[in-house]
Amino acid sequence: MTSLHAEVVVRRDAFTLDVTFASHPGEIVAILGPNGAGKSTLLAVLAGHLVPSYGVVRVGDRTLTAVRDDRVETAVRPERRSIGLLGQDSLVFPHLSARENVAFGPRAAGVPAAQARRVADEWLTAVGLGELTDRHPGALSGGQRQRVALARALAAEPAVLLLDEPFAQLDVRTAAELRDVVRTQVRRTRTATVLVTHDVLDAVTLADRVVVLHDGQVVEQGRPLDVLSDPVHPFTAALAGVNLVVGRLATQPDGSTALQGPDGVLVPCGAREPGGRAQVTFPPGAVVVGDGWPARVIDLEPGTTGVRVRTSGDVLVDLPPAQAAALDLHVGAELLLSVPTEHVRVRPLA
Amino acid sequence: MTREHPVGVPGLLWLPAALAAGLLVMPVVALLVRADWASLPADITTPAALDALWLSLSTSAVATGVCLVLGVPLAVVLARAHGWPADVLRALVTLPLVLPPTVGGIALLYLLGRRGLLGQSLDAWFGITIPFTTAAVVIAQAFVAMPFLVLSVEGSLRTAGTRFDVVAASLGAGRWTVLRRITLPLVRPGLVSGTVLCFARALGEFGATALFAGNSPGVTQTMPLAIYSAFNGAGVTQETAVALSLLLVFAAVAVLLAARAWRPGRPA
Repeated sequence: MTSLHAEVVVRRDAFTLDVTFASHPGEIVAILGPNGAGKSTLLAVLAGHLVPSYGVVRVGDRTLTAVRDDRVETAVRPERRSIGLLGQDSLVFPHLSARENVAFGPRAAGVPAAQARRVADEWLTAVGLGELTDRHPGALSGGQRQRVALARALAAEPAVLLLDEPFAQLDVRTAAELRDVVRTQVRRTRTATVLVTHDVLDAVTLADRVVVLHDGQVVEQGRPLDVLSDPVHPFTAALAGVNLVVGRLATQPDGSTALQGPDGVLVPCGAREPGGRAQVTFPPGAVVVGDGWPARVIDLEPGTTGVRVRTSGDVLVDLPPAQAAALDLHVGAELLLSVPTEHVRVRPLA
Repeated sequence: MTREHPVGVPGLLWLPAALAAGLLVMPVVALLVRADWASLPADITTPAALDALWLSLSTSAVATGVCLVLGVPLAVVLARAHGWPADVLRALVTLPLVLPPTVGGIALLYLLGRRGLLGQSLDAWFGITIPFTTAAVVIAQAFVAMPFLVLSVEGSLRTAGTRFDVVAASLGAGRWTVLRRITLPLVRPGLVSGTVLCFARALGEFGATALFAGNSPGVTQTMPLAIYSAFNGAGVTQETAVALSLLLVFAAVAVLLAARAWRPGRPA
C-alpha cells in the first residue's frame, strides 16, 4: 500500500525524456503517447533496467533510483525493487505449469512450497483460472496466458505494477474481460499501477489519471474525461478523435467572432474578444457539409458509422453513409464545411 | 481425396544426397559385414577389451562432468558478455574444434608436462605429475570435447534471449535463482544435445590422448587406443580391432538413443 513517485530525465542524442508523476495506492495512471514518445524508456527506468541521466524513483519511503548531478546515488537492482511487470507478451514461463508460474514469486521470496502453491491457486481463482492450475502455457489461450501473467505479477505482492500495453495482442472481447480483471485486482490489492498504452480505450476504461507524453515531454495530464473531452495537444486530440485547430480570433462581417485557421478553416466562436490566438476543438461528426469554408478532400477512410473524410487544414469530417454516397466523394473533391457554434470548445492561447 | 504437395526437392539433389548418406553409413555397414559374429562375444569380453571399455566410459563420463561444471558457466558468460573481449574468447573456445587433436596433445604436454608451463610447478611444489595418467586422459578428453558443449549451450541461450529472465527478476528472484529455475531449464534441449555431443567426442578421442596420456593398458588405453593397437597387430589380431570397433559403435548408438529417450516432449 505504497505510492510511486517518479521524476525521470533521460538524455539520449537529440531525445530528452522528462517526466514527473505519481501513482497512489490502488490508482491506475495511464501514460499515453505515440511510438517514440519515451514510454518504454520510462518503464525501463522504473523497472531498474536503465539508470536515468537525472532523477528519483521512490516507492513509499524507499528510494529505488537516485541520480543527481551526474552521480548515481542509488540504483536498486530489478529483483529488489518490488516492481511487477505485465507486458504485451505474457512471457509465462513455458516449462512451468500455471500454478508453478504464479508460485514463482512467493517461492523466490522464501515462502515454503506448499504455501506458495496455495497462494498460487488463490490467485489463479481470482483471475478466473481456478480450473486450469495444472495446465502448461502451451495448453492455454492468449487471454488465459495473460491472466496467468497478471496473477503471477500480483502474487509477488509488488509495491508497484507496470502494465506495458498488456491488452495489445488480445482480441476485443478478451481484452475487455482482462481489463475488468486488472481493474478489480488493482483496486482490491491497492497496488499503485502505471499503464503504458497508445490505446485510448485503455485510458478511458481503466485510468484514474492520464499523463500524455509526446517527444519525451508531458504535454498534458489530468482525469481521462477532462483530458479527452478538452484536449490541449494535437496528439491527444487525435487520440480523442476530435479536431483541433489553432488560429487567430477575428471579427466576422456579421459581428460575431470566428477562429481563422490554416487553409481557410473558419470556426465560429460566438461572442468572444477578437485579436488573440486560440485553439478550438470540435468532433468530426459535428461538421456540416454544404456551406461555409471551402475545403479539399485529402483522403477517405471507413469511419465508425460511415465515412471519415480528411480535408485540407487537417479537419476530419464524419459523414453518414447515405450522405457520403450523395456527395461524389473523391480525393481532391471540393467541399464547403461549417461547424455549429454549440459543438466548438475554444481555448485562448498565450 | 486430397493430397498435400510439400515443398519438393530438385531432382538434381538426390544423387549427391544419396552419396553423402552412403559415405556416412556404408563404412559402418562394412564393419558389420566384416565382423566375425561367432567369435565376437569372446573378443569383446577379453579382460583387455573390458578394461579399455570401462576406462573409456568412465573417463568420458568424468570428462563430460568436468565439461558441464566448467563449460556451462563459460557458455553463460559468453552468451551474456559484450564487446571485443567476448568475441576473442568465443573464437579461442572454438580453437580445439579446428585444431588437430594431436596438436592439442602436444600443447597439453607443454602446459602440464614435467617441464611444462604449469606442470613444472605442480611437480616441484606438490609432486604431481599429470602426463601418462588416467587424469591426463580426462583432461585430453575435456580439452577436445568442451567446445561442443559450450557452443551448444551458448547458442541455445542466445536463442532463448533474456526476456524470461527479466520477468523472473521482476518477481523478486535473484540472479542465481533465475539461472537455476528459468535460464537453464529453458535451454535444456541444448544442454542435453551438448552433453551428448560432448560425451561422444570424449569417447572417440584419440590423438590428444595418445600424445598426452600414452597407451598404457588399464591406465590410459581407452577404446580408440586399444583399437589402434589391435589393428596394428601389437599382440592381438585385427579380429579384435573389428570387435572393439563394433563395441564402440554400439556404445555410441546407445548413448544417442538414451539421450533421445531422456529428452521428454516439451510443452509447446
